[in-house]
Amino acid sequence: MQDIKELREIYCDSLLQMAETNKNIVVIEADLTNCIKTGRFKAAYPDRFINVGIAEANMIGVCAGLATCGKVPFCSSFAPFATRRCYDQIFISVAYSKQNVKIVGTDPGITAELNGGTHMPFEDMGIMRNIPNMVCIEPTDASMLKSLMPQIAAYNGPVYLRIMRKKCEQIYGDGAEFDMFKAFTLRQGSDLTIFASGIMVSRALEAADKLKSEGIYAEVINVYTWKPIDEETIVKSVAKTGACVVAENHNVHNGLFGAVSEVLAQNCPVPAESVSVKDQFGEVGKIPYLEEKFALRSNDIYDAAIKVLKRKK
Amino acid sequence: MDKQKLEFLNAKSDEIRKILIEMIGRLGVGHVGGSLSAVDLLTVLYYDLAKVDPKNPKDPDRDRIVMSKGHAGPALYAALASKGYFPMEEIKTLNQAGTNLPSHCDMNKTVGVDMTAGSLGQGISAAVGMALAGKMDKKDYRVYAIIGDGESQEGQVWEAIMLAGNKRLNNLTIFLDNNKMQIDDYVDNINSVEPFDKKCEAFNMQAIRVNGHDKEALENAILQAHKTTDKCTCIVMDTIKGYGVPWAVSKGVGSHSFSISEKEWREFCNKEND
Repeated sequence: MQDIKELREIYCDSLLQMAETNKNIVVIEADLTNCIKTGRFKAAYPDRFINVGIAEANMIGVCAGLATCGKVPFCSSFAPFATRRCYDQIFISVAYSKQNVKIVGTDPGITAELNGGTHMPFEDMGIMRNIPNMVCIEPTDASMLKSLMPQIAAYNGPVYLRIMRKKCEQIYGDGAEFDMFKAFTLRQGSDLTIFASGIMVSRALEAADKLKSEGIYAEVINVYTWKPIDEETIVKSVAKTGACVVAENHNVHNGLFGAVSEVLAQNCPVPAESVSVKDQFGEVGKIPYLEEKFALRSNDIYDAAIKVLKRKK
Repeated sequence: MDKQKLEFLNAKSDEIRKILIEMIGRLGVGHVGGSLSAVDLLTVLYYDLAKVDPKNPKDPDRDRIVMSKGHAGPALYAALASKGYFPMEEIKTLNQAGTNLPSHCDMNKTVGVDMTAGSLGQGISAAVGMALAGKMDKKDYRVYAIIGDGESQEGQVWEAIMLAGNKRLNNLTIFLDNNKMQIDDYVDNINSVEPFDKKCEAFNMQAIRVNGHDKEALENAILQAHKTTDKCTCIVMDTIKGYGVPWAVSKGVGSHSFSISEKEWREFCNKEND
């Protein structure tokens, strides 16, 4: 078995690698350097690292100012504080001002675990998706993050990156390559499509296995980039399967279900079911408790698949 | 400051005020008071101390001027127009559909505007970022940020000042346009930001208090900031909202935004007809 790295390790590795050739890569933190583990960047490039302290609004504004001078700032915090806490700063100083700032929000949804409701973002992708021109990506595993980081840095515009910090289930092999503007079809199927992102991808594959054992063939598509969403892949798949389930570690409102539904309603309306958090706040707990509480298990995807297939008939 | 220079700068600030009043006057309404209170500083910056070139507005080595109190956009536009950043004709388009001169500063629309602002408290953070970028790149450009006293009720202003003070950003000068008024009332009657200079000193900055309409005092304060190697400087400018236009000053708190008649602006600008 390959040695799986933590996502934060990949994040810092990528930054270090890119910084060698791109002197404009800078890292800005708000007192969570030890959580996102960018200390190695600070050690290697002390002049290109700034810790603004616990002041996320100022962090975003400082990043915008750096970007006006040609810098490519990567800043991070726990997802609620990297987005909700400084939303207007992101909206005006970064997006409206067209500044090339990369914002990293960690510990998405139930992966915030013991930090609980104050730190458990089910709304971050939704609010970020609502900012014009904001690219919103939730990489699935270490291989994908590694492949996407250089593309994110090279893309000239604001990007929101939603990542787990620690080890996550490895879906793809080392060296796998991804296009930041495409969805990835993991499994072909004919009866329904399961669109999934983040930690829900492995659960979707499990659900597809169970469905397959019953003779139901689910296409599994990993939609890691929520915006701009890969309409072509989505429409092509549901045109074939005629039904879908959308699985996300996020609130049902304005998340991946919303993004996929927008595409379907305009292009190819089919029955769709949502596996997501149903307008609830987070709470403390470990993943097994939280995934049951918010119905984010593979069985919940399976149940949604059976339900949507009935609607299809 | 010698007499000749002072006369030149006074002529320029008169010109900028006339452009400003014509710009808002033609539209009929706008942020008059807080624009006028910043004109003398803009004059000293654009015509005396800032290293800027209208022919090369994106020069990476230029000084940056950030109007964090974004509603004073018209004052900045008037200064930029007088310097020739864009054709004077454009001042007639303020806030008209499709204009390059929106009510609040937009760096992507107006040539010469260094930062978008309008949601208060944000421009100063960007100015801190610009100053940090200058340090990273070992460049000697300077960053000038203009904030409002009312604006300084925003917590983000203090996040930015705390960082600028602690990072000893001597390439950043922050100007407080201390015109004592905000939309609802006098600042002191709502939530005072004074003693602003003492607050800045407590945040590890150098603070200098001047009459914000005294160009010589402004120049001296800015030169002192230039000479300071180990501190960020805040220049607290005591100003009068509406300064230079008696009928704007007389509106008091109401001078923030009000209607100007054609007769008023034409009279002030000595422009009987186009």
